[in-house]
Amino acid sequence: MKTQKNISKILLYALLIAGVICSIGPFYWMVIGASHTSGEIFKVPPNFLPGSELWTNLKNLDESIGILKVLGNSLTITLIYTALALMICSASGYAFAKFKFKGRDAIFFVLLLAIMIPYHVTLIPLFKMMAALGWINTYQAVILPNLAYPFAIFLMRQNMKALPDSLLEAARVDGAGEFKIFFTIVLPTMKPSLAAVAIFLFMFQWNNFLWPLVILNEQDMYTLPVALSSLIGLSKVDYGQLMMGTAISTLPIMIFFLLLQRQFISGMLGSSVKE
Amino acid sequence: MAELQKETAVKQVYEPKAYKKNWITPKNFPYILIAPTVILFCLFTVYPVISSFIMSFQKSDGAGMAFVGLENYVRLFKDPLFLTALKNTFFILIIQVPIQLFLALILAAALNSKLVKMKAFFRISYFMPAITALVAYSIVFMIMLDENYGIINYFLSLLGMEKVGWLTSTTWSKVALMIAITWRWTGYNMVIYLAGLQNVSESLYEAASIDGAGRVRQFFYITIPQLRPIILFTFVLSTIGTLQLFDEPFILTEGGPNNSTLTISLYLYQNGFKYFDFGYASAIAYVLVIMIAILSWIQMKVAGDQD
Repeated sequence: MKTQKNISKILLYALLIAGVICSIGPFYWMVIGASHTSGEIFKVPPNFLPGSELWTNLKNLDESIGILKVLGNSLTITLIYTALALMICSASGYAFAKFKFKGRDAIFFVLLLAIMIPYHVTLIPLFKMMAALGWINTYQAVILPNLAYPFAIFLMRQNMKALPDSLLEAARVDGAGEFKIFFTIVLPTMKPSLAAVAIFLFMFQWNNFLWPLVILNEQDMYTLPVALSSLIGLSKVDYGQLMMGTAISTLPIMIFFLLLQRQFISGMLGSSVKE
Repeated sequence: MAELQKETAVKQVYEPKAYKKNWITPKNFPYILIAPTVILFCLFTVYPVISSFIMSFQKSDGAGMAFVGLENYVRLFKDPLFLTALKNTFFILIIQVPIQLFLALILAAALNSKLVKMKAFFRISYFMPAITALVAYSIVFMIMLDENYGIINYFLSLLGMEKVGWLTSTTWSKVALMIAITWRWTGYNMVIYLAGLQNVSESLYEAASIDGAGRVRQFFYITIPQLRPIILFTFVLSTIGTLQLFDEPFILTEGGPNNSTLTISLYLYQNGFKYFDFGYASAIAYVLVIMIAILSWIQMKVAGDQD
């Protein structure tokens, strides 16, 4: 009986460790690659140790896409987007969870339906709209279309439901205005949920590719993913540079994830799973 | 004087009378809260969805658009490239989604076992791929899958296998795409299942053990049935995701070789933003909408009928 248990234990660990190697291996390979030249990345047998070209790759990458400018674009867009979307989505989530008003269920249903609609449907009309406004190659063109993010509103609503009604009533009896209740009672109490949704929104925008690809066509305005994809189109691809670029786009969010993984996962999954 | 004014101002706010005069009440406040969402949603989702529907019956005509009825839709089903994109997308959907979800289930069941320690470490490791940008991981996979010098073929050669033309063969390019997607999403689904497994009562497994059911039987007769609603949820999500597949084929293969990895979304993008054929691209988008609606409905129905 005991040996049988040991065997299944070994099998389990073998399976799980094989899984870990598969899921983390590519990250290791990316970081290693960022420190090698194109030639060294493709050497047979391959290099598994860090190389010495980290600085050269960074310099080359900066020359071809202007990494600081691109990083600045990505950060500006993502931070503004996250702050605005968080306010808009939490306000709506609060309304849907804690108020009864005419049309509430109908509006909420339409929002939920929008989760199912492929993003591509809106792509061309949005592009024409932005062109008509003269907003091609602007931050607002990237930021505005997804501000009212249905899934984030849904998550906020689920979380706001847990807020006790008696707390809100007590504040009203004390004469606090609705805005005051929202800003001094609701939002501070909901901090953990706000953090989770903020992370979800941040990651969505940081990794967003198709819409920025469509709406940004000047190199000065590129976000990180768009700039990286432009490197592949070149006739001679410098893979060391490319790995450096992917590492720069991935490492900050990985560190962020490791620090906040609890909120991260709940932000990605929401409370739909718990039910 | 200023001091006095301030005092009365403060008083007014807290007097019940002043509150009644306030134009913000619990009755109209929810509308103020949802106003930004509704305005933005109408402008950037509802209007484009309708506009795109109208456009799907139109064709560029000089400067403007002319109404052409169902012409775009008829053209779609005679267009060999669209049919290829359709076939490719469904091929990936039918093979990759079940493999990925089954793998996620096995990993979740293994990780849920009492024999395993360091659960947090495994969970974090498996979830990691789900946070990376699609563009970034596609680039890394492109490099690892290189036919002559890629690390994956190197490992295969250690096992005594032939070189595989991951990105150059019409068959293997599809497999390469599926490997990349599986890498990105398996851990994500596994974490969803793991959350679901916490609600499965331990006594079910104990009873099965006493009845002499092995681990494999327990997996098929307890774990899978208990997680059915969650499995359905991940099926619908993965189906929607796969039908919209864009970033990976765009970066990894650009739809090639010989259109073997051309997906519906990629074809839509090409028609819209390479050839600027907005009417045709909109028709493709609506075929996509209809397919997602039908498939989601079937999946819900299949699951619902068994209850």
